[in-house]
Amino acid sequence: MKTNRNLVVGAALTGFFTIAALISFLWVPYDIEALNIADRMKTPSFSHLLGTDHFGRDILSMVMIGARTSIAVALVAVGIGMGLGVPLGLAAAARKGSLLDELIGRGNDLVFAFPSLLIAILITATFGPSALNAIIAIGIFNVPVFARLTRGSALSIWKRDFILAARVSGKNSAQISVEHILPNLSSLLIVQGTIQFSLAILAEAALSYVGLGAQPPTPSWGRMLADSQTMISLAPHLALAPGLAIVFTVLGLNLLGDGFRDVFDPRLRRGRT
Amino acid sequence: MARYILTRLLSLLISLTVASAVIFALIEIIPGDPAAFMLGINAQDDTIAALRAELGLDTSPLERYFGWVSGMVTGDFGTSYTYRTPISEMIAERLWISLPLALIALALSTLIAFPVGILAASKRGSLTDTIVMGFTQLGVAIPNFWFAMLMVLVFAINLRWFSAGGFPGWDEGLFTGLKALTLPAISLALPQASILARVMRSALVDTLDEDFMRTARAKGLNRRQAIQRHALRNAMIPVLTIIGLQFSFLLAGAIIIENVFFLPGLGRLVFQAISQRDLIVVESVVMLLVFAVIVVNFAVDIAYVLVDPRLRRQG
Amino acid sequence: MKFKALTSAAALVVLAGTAQADTGLIVGLQLEPPHLDPTSAAAGAIDQVLYSNVFEGLTRFGPDGSVNPGLAASWDISEDGLRYTFNLREGVAFHDGTAMDAEDVVFSLDRARAEDSTNAQKALFAEIEGVEAVDPTTVRVTLSTANGSFLFNMAWGDAVIVASESIENIKTNPVGTGAFKFSNWVQGDQIELVRNEDYWGTPANLETATFKFISDPTAAFAAMMAEDVDVFYSYPAPENLPQFEADARFEVLVGSSEGETILAINNLMEPFTDVRVRKAVAHAIDRQAIIDGAMFGLGTPIGTHFAPHNPDYVDLTSNSQYDPELATSLLTEAGYPDGFTTTLKLPPPSYARRGGEIIASQLRAVGIQTEISNLEWAQWLEQVFRGKDFGLTIVSHTEPFDIGIYARPEYYFQYDNADFQSLIKDLTAETDPAKRSELIAMAQTIISNDYVNGYLFQLAVPTVVKAGIQGIWSDAPTQAIDLTAVSWSN
Repeated sequence: MKTNRNLVVGAALTGFFTIAALISFLWVPYDIEALNIADRMKTPSFSHLLGTDHFGRDILSMVMIGARTSIAVALVAVGIGMGLGVPLGLAAAARKGSLLDELIGRGNDLVFAFPSLLIAILITATFGPSALNAIIAIGIFNVPVFARLTRGSALSIWKRDFILAARVSGKNSAQISVEHILPNLSSLLIVQGTIQFSLAILAEAALSYVGLGAQPPTPSWGRMLADSQTMISLAPHLALAPGLAIVFTVLGLNLLGDGFRDVFDPRLRRGRT
Repeated sequence: MARYILTRLLSLLISLTVASAVIFALIEIIPGDPAAFMLGINAQDDTIAALRAELGLDTSPLERYFGWVSGMVTGDFGTSYTYRTPISEMIAERLWISLPLALIALALSTLIAFPVGILAASKRGSLTDTIVMGFTQLGVAIPNFWFAMLMVLVFAINLRWFSAGGFPGWDEGLFTGLKALTLPAISLALPQASILARVMRSALVDTLDEDFMRTARAKGLNRRQAIQRHALRNAMIPVLTIIGLQFSFLLAGAIIIENVFFLPGLGRLVFQAISQRDLIVVESVVMLLVFAVIVVNFAVDIAYVLVDPRLRRQG
Repeated sequence: MKFKALTSAAALVVLAGTAQADTGLIVGLQLEPPHLDPTSAAAGAIDQVLYSNVFEGLTRFGPDGSVNPGLAASWDISEDGLRYTFNLREGVAFHDGTAMDAEDVVFSLDRARAEDSTNAQKALFAEIEGVEAVDPTTVRVTLSTANGSFLFNMAWGDAVIVASESIENIKTNPVGTGAFKFSNWVQGDQIELVRNEDYWGTPANLETATFKFISDPTAAFAAMMAEDVDVFYSYPAPENLPQFEADARFEVLVGSSEGETILAINNLMEPFTDVRVRKAVAHAIDRQAIIDGAMFGLGTPIGTHFAPHNPDYVDLTSNSQYDPELATSLLTEAGYPDGFTTTLKLPPPSYARRGGEIIASQLRAVGIQTEISNLEWAQWLEQVFRGKDFGLTIVSHTEPFDIGIYARPEYYFQYDNADFQSLIKDLTAETDPAKRSELIAMAQTIISNDYVNGYLFQLAVPTVVKAGIQGIWSDAPTQAIDLTAVSWSN
């Protein structure tokens, strides 16, 4: 069945890169901080499975540590988005029609109106390029996504009977939001969270590509791509490894998200029969 | 209907005002003195002070904000610190590249996505569907700048079918201009087409199972007619939203693509202006882009009401 | 009759066609000038496009860096070195038709040295006390103190002669006296110049010259390979040069520049206040690895802040040879057996970004940890240059003969040595060449022995040209792309 396939392939790809990132904390094939100019731009071989870059660093090691960078930045950014966006959405839904709801809605629209990459570049240019600022820049744009999503779904849950029962039993909006609405949103949040995670990985790659993400010597896939550009006709393997890493991680996450959606929301499965 | 439009219009104006204030505040914080940057290492302090006075940098932020906003309302975006030319002229020149690029990419993306999405939806569950969706999954995952790099390598450096970038100007002819925009437009369009195809497919799939579809079939319409006359119209809402969002993304998000292909467009203008600390250009262009997004959203909202009569009654 | 007319017309068309193709030149450049007034900004790109092509000064630089007559055909210097009498060329006109005479020289020099002048190199005019027009072709400049470099200073792009009639719009419509006239500027894309048919000297060979701005190194490579440009000046990606050399369509010219690339050390920041620590940094660096890794072999190692192609250069590289063990023992001696942490702030050019990563790795090997920050020029100017908030940085100083910056204690690396300052004072006043050479040698030795900065290498300027183009300067004695003698050789 297709559902299982999405989930399985997605989990495998995502898991592969996550494990590579985790292993990198304990061990990488070569020390990437020891530059070895004499060994530079070697094509893949037994000693260097993905070859070496223009400074003689082992590309496999760089990709592993780069996985760490991408995943960490994306994870925290989405975390920020969820951590701020979900409460905002819950509050807006609990007080539908009020000034608070209106303000949160306008705030969302406003943030959505700003071209995210441009603002991210502005933020990192103002406060200096670093992984932390990249996280903040990406995180900010995740907040309205989760706020809007949470509000929309929360609104439909509020209409359900068991909520009425909770209200009658004396609980206030905040308690209801946390104890009853939120758990019912969890599957939606997992699905959207996975999708946002994959978008965050792409955003981090774009920011690093223009030099505004993690700084040297911390490797980052986007920056590896930027560094490889002038040498692409001399040594194409420099551009292939990080590029494919990005593609497969994002692909894995998207498949995983689709897989989750198929598992959690049988209503959508209808389309496949 | 009229009330709906009016509330949306009010919303638009409020958003624009707040946006302008936020943009101005954000850019005010940027450290780095444009005058010092322009005069470089050997400049003396009094020279820098003289330039700051010339640029009007020594007035208060509030004064500058109101000057800027009132100027924009009349179409005067101010004068660039670095280039000393009116910004409205610079924007107009660059729009001639960014706008066509965005439109071509949007058109390409739609042209690819619609048939692909419809095909996958109508053959859902089959092998065709799986293969097609597989490709779109890949398309979504590819960073557009990487794709651009690979295309330049193959089509410009190796095959020499296209130049590596740059823009000769529309004076050289429509065809030459379009040729220069081809690779950039394709780089931009591919991921967007993939997203749009998937949205198209899922939106169609939802409608295909609705009751009214069965009614249509019962009326005697064949599959294709049913899709064209009924399903598509209903599927339009999410699709329109995405197209609206894509347009604004394309206009602004093309920054990186403009850099890769060294196109003198809006995106690259902003990028350079940030490096050069030409703050007034940054403010004006960001404001313009935000304005475009807000207006397009407004247009999409109006379009919704036209497409879905159910919304009209909500007012 | 008709037939003959047709063939000659056809012949004319053919000739005109080929002539056009052969007498235009497209030059690729990384940076675009912000505007077109070389006398009011520091951007080297302005000089690159306009110096000697559109604007000329009293004197001018030749391809070997020598100072030659420009708009001043000859000059007399008084015994005490305080009065310069310039004899201007006759019959020189600005591109708008107005005549160039002594009044214009007075206007230009007074404008540059005025209170509210925005000239980026005001110091060049500091000694000028007065400028007067003796007659339409004679100008007398009086200095307050003698300056052996005055003629040299007047050759800089910041000292070109401009006209009061056209000064209003100089930033967008530059009017000079050079062999080329400004024609058009498509901002963000290119600047076009056309030959000045009324030039006072030998007319240029090229009918048109177009400067295209391509900042991205990959785009530069693609543009060259696709033959979108004929010349790429100061080609930004040295790793591609072997490919161009191997391709029969192109030639690679590698010349020297006035750019001393240094690892600047903040002399007032702990622990760099201790000369042993600075010496340790100098010995931890392997210059050749940096030249190979960052510049792909282009560049000449330097042991002090002076250009190796200059006859007065003293080779002091042995003072700071690669010796990591010596570096570690020096650090221990100075009280840092476990090393220390500092900041390494890098501006955009690749010699800094790539060189920085390599140096960081070399310093790490002796225990010095560096936090790298990649900054844009605006940020670098703010934090490093003005704010002096840095431990280490890498930058290339491209002004010719600028060893005098070590005599300015407020200059960003903050070196304060009274002996050196008085040495430079003596040097400025000294006009005898033999004595000057002696003083220059002493200056170089002092800053080398004091390990003020890490002296890395002299920046080489690679220019990629299409085979058949002649007259392109390979060296860069100043920021300029002088096209006056360039031609196609077929």
